[in-house]
Amino acid sequence: MSAVLSPGQIEVGEPAGVTGLRLAVRRFRRNRLAVVGLGVVVLFVLFCFVGPVLYPTDQTHTALHAVNLPPSAAHLLGTDAVGHDELGRLMYGGKVSLLVGLAAGALATVIGMAWGAVAGYAGGWTDSVMMRVVDAGIAIPALFVLLVVSAILSPGIWGMIAILGCVSWLVPSRLIRAETLTLKNRDYVLTLRAIGGTHARAITRHVLPNSVSTIVVATTFQIADAIMLVAYVSYLGLGIRPPATDWGGMLSAGLTAAYSGRWWLIVPPGVAVILVVCAFNAIGDGLRDAFDVRGRA
Amino acid sequence: MSAKGGPEVGAPILDVTDLGVTFGTDTGDVAAVRGVSLAVRPGETLALVGESGSGKSTVALAAMGLLPGNARASGSATIAGTEVVGASDGTLAGLRGRTVSMVFQEPATALDPLTRIGSQVAEVIRNHRRVSAADARREAVELLRRVGIPDPERRASAYPFQLSGGQRQRVVIAMAIANEPALLIADEPTTALDVTVQAEILDLLRRLAAESGTGVLLVTHNMGVVADFADRVAVMLRGEIVETGDVEKVLLRPGHEYTRRLLGAVPRLVVDEPDPAHPNGSAAVGTEPVVDLRGVSVVFGRGRRAVRALDDVSIAVHPGETVGLVGESGSGKSTAARVALGLVAPSAGTVSLFGTDLRRARSRARRALRAGIGVVLQDPVASLDARMSVAQCVAEPLLIHRRGLSARERRDRVADALERVRLPRALADRAPRELSGGQRQRVSLARALVLEPRLLVADEPTSALDVSVQKTVLDVITDLQGELGFACLFVSHDLAVVQQFAQRVVVLRNGRIEEQGSTGSTLRRPETDYTRRLLAAVPVPDPVLQRQRRADRLAASAGPSA
Repeated sequence: MSAVLSPGQIEVGEPAGVTGLRLAVRRFRRNRLAVVGLGVVVLFVLFCFVGPVLYPTDQTHTALHAVNLPPSAAHLLGTDAVGHDELGRLMYGGKVSLLVGLAAGALATVIGMAWGAVAGYAGGWTDSVMMRVVDAGIAIPALFVLLVVSAILSPGIWGMIAILGCVSWLVPSRLIRAETLTLKNRDYVLTLRAIGGTHARAITRHVLPNSVSTIVVATTFQIADAIMLVAYVSYLGLGIRPPATDWGGMLSAGLTAAYSGRWWLIVPPGVAVILVVCAFNAIGDGLRDAFDVRGRA
Repeated sequence: MSAKGGPEVGAPILDVTDLGVTFGTDTGDVAAVRGVSLAVRPGETLALVGESGSGKSTVALAAMGLLPGNARASGSATIAGTEVVGASDGTLAGLRGRTVSMVFQEPATALDPLTRIGSQVAEVIRNHRRVSAADARREAVELLRRVGIPDPERRASAYPFQLSGGQRQRVVIAMAIANEPALLIADEPTTALDVTVQAEILDLLRRLAAESGTGVLLVTHNMGVVADFADRVAVMLRGEIVETGDVEKVLLRPGHEYTRRLLGAVPRLVVDEPDPAHPNGSAAVGTEPVVDLRGVSVVFGRGRRAVRALDDVSIAVHPGETVGLVGESGSGKSTAARVALGLVAPSAGTVSLFGTDLRRARSRARRALRAGIGVVLQDPVASLDARMSVAQCVAEPLLIHRRGLSARERRDRVADALERVRLPRALADRAPRELSGGQRQRVSLARALVLEPRLLVADEPTSALDVSVQKTVLDVITDLQGELGFACLFVSHDLAVVQQFAQRVVVLRNGRIEEQGSTGSTLRRPETDYTRRLLAAVPVPDPVLQRQRRADRLAASAGPSA
């Protein structure tokens, strides 16, 4: 190769073989908390989605002969006021919490991504109008909108996902817009436009793929937020309707029981929410380290 | 000042012995500097030259004790007898700003944007000497006067953004000399500046060093600056010094093969020879220009804050010819190129591409016309999308304009294009990140030429590259132009490059055309004062000739004002 490069053979790029992905994994692993967070999330996913297979319980029928039992060999975490096995219910509710969280977080990011990329790329008055819409949206507390809409519509799981997605895309849209503003003036985007490439191509082929780190990091934080929000709403009795439940609903149902010493109805779902939300936040931090490409070219 | 080549006798103020610096990175340890020894005596200027990655800046940082946290230094570097390698923060703080100070490349980031320049200079004074605030302020004004800031009493209360780049660098220098340091380390002090400003800053540094007998360690890649300023030269290659000697010996009779190659790659401004018949000849006049800007004006912004970036500019590029656009920063040369590319819409005037008025063409037709343009922009990193492979980058124009091609045909065209720019086919699957700057620019060139365009617009395509790499890239463009016959609009701030590369040259100043003509006549016998000053300010890498040119330039600038 040096024959080709001479006299510029002193030039060298980054050594081949160390791919960006491998480097990112290495950086992610250096953030201990993020690795723990990833482990926690994986465990909870297994617990909620594989757990019911290994530990089948009846979560649809009430079992009035076995209500409010303390933890025992038959019911590892006891039973609740209508006789559902609490451990099984933790899996059952967790499935809903995780599903709603993941889907709503993803939906919020997708909406925010499209909105932010178009606003940032178009610039000018289009950008101003679209961003004032975002400002107005942020001025209204998401929780308030969520409560009002859930009270009126009493949504199911998919309804919940849609509502959460529609109230929480605002912050990611700002992040993506900021990213787009710098990317749209990169030389490769200018080059593409100069040789006749379309705007759609510039956005889909260059701007969005290069914002992927921002997008992924934003998504993890959105998921944590969504799990928290859905827990709030269900706790206030406006979320997922029985007999389905989620961790927030379980907290709500167990609250009265807590005063009579039935801790097993309130501690497990509470701990689960806290662990999962913290874990997703830790993963977000770790991904931010992993994707911090500024150190590299 | 002592004569060139005759360093004053005395103990060296900076003495570096067997210095080694290793960086610990994600991909393992990298030895950036190995066994470097050098010395700077009072009143002497030592230039440390080399290409990017040679470790020259690392040596300068190590001498200041400013290495980043992941670096380990070995060996010894003493400043006025005090060891710097492994020194405590306290020792270093006492040294920096007092015995040794540094001038960085980018004046815009070296100053605190929220503090008045007078206060910034006064702060440096009070950091090291017990003087009253009022005295420090008075001294600061005096320093600003010494570095040539006009009306220093008033300007002392200006903020950095109110000053030009050259004036900011003067303020940085004022801060550096505030405590009369024995050693000044200047890391590419003029690289971010225009040539005329560069000449002034070099004059200033030379005068200050001579007045107070300061030793200067000058880190630079520019051989012209070396010839203009240095007494001795040390040439670095891959972390080691390969040649040291007096400036005249190293630049005129280099001993090491690398130094010879480096000097051979420097484009030289031809100034003193009688004009031979310029080999490039004149362009094919009479044929229809491929791109034609007529009376183009561009205004950015609106109302009172509007900036006129181009004012009534007419440029035509004919088939097969290369037109160089030159001018200082802010002269509008990049804007003119962007107008030609259709990225910036003119507020007045017309732009025709291949004989079609761009404003009359419908958007689909306009896009089709663009298939005839190739583009290479300045930044080798930003020019290629880091998420794509080299092949995907080069294939992009094909995906836009040749939708019918099969994947196989596309792969063949990409391979051909890579071969044309003398890159091995094997690079196709690599990521741009794994390529060097010169290779990346050639990938950009391959992308620009994959559609066999009739016009290549190159905006400073080599100014981010080292000289030897620049030469390869320019050679490739020249060869391909002969082969494919495209016209080229070449934007550059480097007059020597334009002189070698272009047949016609257009000199821009403040958005207006100052003069234009064939390169041979315009850059040898310029008609306007501005072009003459521009040419006179370019330092040539020959210390004897450069000394003569400097004297002429100073005489010329002293003449009219006297």
